[in-house]
Amino acid sequence: MLIPQVNQIAGGGDLVSWILQIAWLLFFVVFMFYGQRIQLYVMIREIEGSLNRLKLLRDEGRKKAIQTIKELGKPETDPATRVDQFLEYFILQPQNMDPAGIVWKLEHLLDVMDVRFKDEVKIMAPSADETQTRNLENTLEVALDLNYFYKVVRHFYILGKKTVSLYVIMQLQMVLPLIMRIAEAYASGLKAITYGQPIGDGAGALVAAKLMQGYEKRKIPKDCVVATVPFEGRTAYVVKAEGPGGNVGKPGDAVKQIIEENEGKIANIIMIDALQKLEGEEVGEVAEGVGAAIGGPGVDQFKIEETVLKYKIPVNAVAIKEDAGDSVSAMRKEIFDAVSVAIDRIKRVVRERSKEGDAIIIAGIGNTIGIGQ
Amino acid sequence: MSNEVEKPRRRISYLFLAIILVTLALSAVALYQALAEYDAGNSGSGNSLLLIGGSGFALSAYMLFQTRRKTMRLDIKEQPVVTTIACKKCGFKNIRDFQRGDYIFKEAEPCPKCSEKMSVASIYREVEEKH
Repeated sequence: MLIPQVNQIAGGGDLVSWILQIAWLLFFVVFMFYGQRIQLYVMIREIEGSLNRLKLLRDEGRKKAIQTIKELGKPETDPATRVDQFLEYFILQPQNMDPAGIVWKLEHLLDVMDVRFKDEVKIMAPSADETQTRNLENTLEVALDLNYFYKVVRHFYILGKKTVSLYVIMQLQMVLPLIMRIAEAYASGLKAITYGQPIGDGAGALVAAKLMQGYEKRKIPKDCVVATVPFEGRTAYVVKAEGPGGNVGKPGDAVKQIIEENEGKIANIIMIDALQKLEGEEVGEVAEGVGAAIGGPGVDQFKIEETVLKYKIPVNAVAIKEDAGDSVSAMRKEIFDAVSVAIDRIKRVVRERSKEGDAIIIAGIGNTIGIGQ
Repeated sequence: MSNEVEKPRRRISYLFLAIILVTLALSAVALYQALAEYDAGNSGSGNSLLLIGGSGFALSAYMLFQTRRKTMRLDIKEQPVVTTIACKKCGFKNIRDFQRGDYIFKEAEPCPKCSEKMSVASIYREVEEKH
């Protein structure tokens, strides 16, 4: 029934019209039975494009890491092989069947990883000084993450192709835009980290650095510094990771030590950190809250929470909002300007939440790359 | 991971290419047929064939355009980062491009106005927000 109608539309009964009719019929039949498979191939092609881009980003990370090691570390042998081995490093999460004590197991693993990374960098770049070693370590970590993104996406891409599973490919296609955003942010932040420029994540550290300017500092475990600063009529212990090399320190240990040195007589703790903004919020917005404002694997947050609970110390948070991309890229002017706003907010919180003569802790959290003290 | 950085390649399936070329050929024939129908005074059939040929041609041309080898490049925009060196005593400021080794609160050269030691007051980049 259909053929005469199509024939009429096609305008003739000659051979060409017949071919056209058959082609159109085939077109419908193919779409009816193979529509999903065609959809799968379209998705695979899209993923292929992103995968190629991820590969470029991964190669760029590797290239920059090798270049910087050669420039700063002056190694006697080519560091490429060693860098390639480094990019394949992994950490096995501790067993959580019995979760009691898992924080300490995780902390131990992170410590081992930290030491191992530092030693690797020292072997690869023997001439690099302490600051350069830390920056190189950060550079290699970014390159490692880019390599990991590429390999995971490639894994699911190949798996989807092998199993011809629309659902594997579909899941990958759905999360890919978010992965690409993070990967692009990491790649654009590479230059900042290799050059030792302050990054958005260092907003909290910059607040602390500004507050402790001109006062005597002492080192405190681990990789942190503290200064005793007269602040709004109170005694403030201002803490940050030791800069200017790329370092986040262990503020959990530092805060715990200060609290114990003062036998728990701390009236308030104010923690300042960069906070990932929601879409629609402005970069550099300052917000207040309560709780231990600190990211990472959670070990430091756990330690702070345990200690403040023991001594019943209130913890307040001041956050500087920024995009995930801003946090790993060179610090934006808006974030730099927000530091002064954050200091004003800290002053207000201190005046309202403590009495004159009290001892307080102000902890600036974040990577202190490019920020001295 | 190999030491050589591989260039990303795009592979085109021969079957896919054949389908595109057949569609292209059929579309060309349909367009030719449309002209013949117009000549014969059958504008209704001519319009149908023109629509079929035109859409087939556009679709296959688009698919062919998509399969062409694209050179992938890293388009990471680098925004200039500036360092501000300031004198705490007289307020003199010197803004220049970031140099490797700069960090906030690093001691810098003496102030040209009052000879007091200056220090790096800020390092940041300015971003033009896209709306």
